[in-house]
Amino acid sequence: MDLLEYQGKQLLRRHGVPVPEGRPAASVDEAVAAAEEIGYPCVVKAQVQIGGRGKLGGIKVAADREAAREHADAILGMDIRGLTVHELWIEQASEIAAEHYASIVLDRSARAPLVMLSTRGGMDIEEVAATEPEAIATLHVDPLLGFCDFHARRLAFGAGVEADVVRPVGALLARLYEAFVAEEAMLVEVNPLIVTAGREVRALDAKVTLDANALFRHPDNAALRDTAAEDEQERMARERGLTYVKLDGDIGILGNGAGLVMSTLDVVAQAGGRPANFLDAGGGSKAEAIASAVEVILSDPKVRAVLFNIFGGITRGDEVARGLIEAFHQVQPQVPFVVRLDGTNDEEGRRLLAEAELPNLRTARTMNEAAEQVVELAGEAVAPGSR
Amino acid sequence: MSVLVDEGTRLCVSGITGREGSFHAMNNRRYGTQVVAGVTPGKGGQDVEGVPVFDTFRSAVAETDADTAMIFVPPPFAADSILEAADAGIQTIVAITEGIPAHDELRVSAQLERTPSVRLIGPNCPGVLSPGKANVGIIPAAFFSPGNVGVVSRSGTLTYQIGNELAQRGFGNSSIVGIGGDPVPGSSFIDILALFEQDPETELMVMSGEIGGEAEELAADYIAAHVSKPVVGYIAGFTAPPGKTMGHAGAIVSGSKGTAQAKAEALEAHGVRVGRTPTQVAEIAADILGADGA
Repeated sequence: MDLLEYQGKQLLRRHGVPVPEGRPAASVDEAVAAAEEIGYPCVVKAQVQIGGRGKLGGIKVAADREAAREHADAILGMDIRGLTVHELWIEQASEIAAEHYASIVLDRSARAPLVMLSTRGGMDIEEVAATEPEAIATLHVDPLLGFCDFHARRLAFGAGVEADVVRPVGALLARLYEAFVAEEAMLVEVNPLIVTAGREVRALDAKVTLDANALFRHPDNAALRDTAAEDEQERMARERGLTYVKLDGDIGILGNGAGLVMSTLDVVAQAGGRPANFLDAGGGSKAEAIASAVEVILSDPKVRAVLFNIFGGITRGDEVARGLIEAFHQVQPQVPFVVRLDGTNDEEGRRLLAEAELPNLRTARTMNEAAEQVVELAGEAVAPGSR
Repeated sequence: MSVLVDEGTRLCVSGITGREGSFHAMNNRRYGTQVVAGVTPGKGGQDVEGVPVFDTFRSAVAETDADTAMIFVPPPFAADSILEAADAGIQTIVAITEGIPAHDELRVSAQLERTPSVRLIGPNCPGVLSPGKANVGIIPAAFFSPGNVGVVSRSGTLTYQIGNELAQRGFGNSSIVGIGGDPVPGSSFIDILALFEQDPETELMVMSGEIGGEAEELAADYIAAHVSKPVVGYIAGFTAPPGKTMGHAGAIVSGSKGTAQAKAEALEAHGVRVGRTPTQVAEIAADILGADGA
């Protein structure tokens, strides 16, 4: 789960990472009040989960009350690469002497946290890594040992941090590691990590990704979920305990098991179609779960046809068929369905579907055949509207 | 032969008194797996359809000589159960539980590195099936028969799909190993490919990967250097958008990293043929081994 900049900063601050003074604001008046409290100059920052907002006008410096009002008014509601700005972060402006980069990421290959430090801050770190890898000092931490003082020194000297700030930069890394472990993050990234004109170090930006699987241990963090940025179908699915990802096509997809659903999306794309979503109904799906999933898929107005791809292991074909029949009675879909049932109790499932004589539903023998059929149906469905 | 589990496996199920745990433990026993014990703290002395339940792994191992564990406890307790099994001397641990926090998995992984004889499969995996010998986990065994194709996969149902496509062409399996969809798996593709390479029954390996991480790329390098048997690849998630977790906690394209395209190219660069659909995987296997699956 990705946090907004200010949520990340507040989280890091709780663990002693120095961040500039700031206040969140959801309206122009709140923004002005925050600016008045903080003093000028201050920075008005759009809170969206996307990089490069500064270049797109999402970050402005305000020298006085009028400017703060003007910037807040301009940025709130702004569209930044498809995301609407609902919140601002008003922050004390910093005098920047140097921009560094610091991050800790869960390195999957090494199965350990990877700490990175570089004096090339403010840039895209993947670009630095590609063009100037020696400019990034890196170190893996043994999770059972933790982050030691000598790790901090090794990184700070290795990155070529100026001598007078080696200690505070090292201390910041230690606090950052503490936050990474205590909050169960997958990533904490500070870019830039600045040295001020007064030779203090501060996190000027914060990108924090938390482990969704660990939120049960962190109820406060769980409440930070950005429901405003959440798509309507994604919200519906989450409330129903379904795994759903919105895509931009017109073919609704349901399958059981993440791998099979990913594979189904690929096969549909290869057949020339564009999937509208990823939906994993999970193992052992019961009829109610299937009916509930159909509602989520059909609530997306772009969907012109739906593909069910089920290979039953724990999931039983007859349960899926019952769920579909129930869903057809509840929501009476207006778009065609193609259903491919294989695996546990598949014959029983196909028999139930045949007996129910659902309008607009056909079955396919194989995954490839099902994909071809649904792509054809979605194409036909487009035609009447576009005439 | 087969890998990881066979007729000699002596299985202890952690969480055997739970609904899912008992269902699958009994399912595994019906298949022929020797389910010798269960562990549920506080329920020692009871039994589940004749399988004795112990309070601790230590007592289960002492009484029954269990050598393999299946972990079926809920996510908050699963990492601890894995560590307990390892501490008790269990050598092969199969963790089915989905949703274990990644930092728990990091600590487990770091501890198991200190005990290299212990092998962890999963978490968040369907388990291991050696057709005709033993089933440890939730793989629907009815679809698979003994044979010469070893399958290793990050996914469950996709594995069944691929296995079924192979079966329709007459191929059976030496073993089917689900390594799981989490960011920090206990065993990697490389670990399992190495086992199949040593297994005399396995003549061809199918490796089914997906987006996220670089396990497939590392496996590609390993295959080039250490694997003599033919390998057929499959990668799911070509259409996955960056930054979105596709069901499995580990299935996420981060920036430009972990794409299906990059993984398929890495495998193909080392001469591994990659099927673009599960059907194509079976076609390539048939092409390599001969159409009758012999």
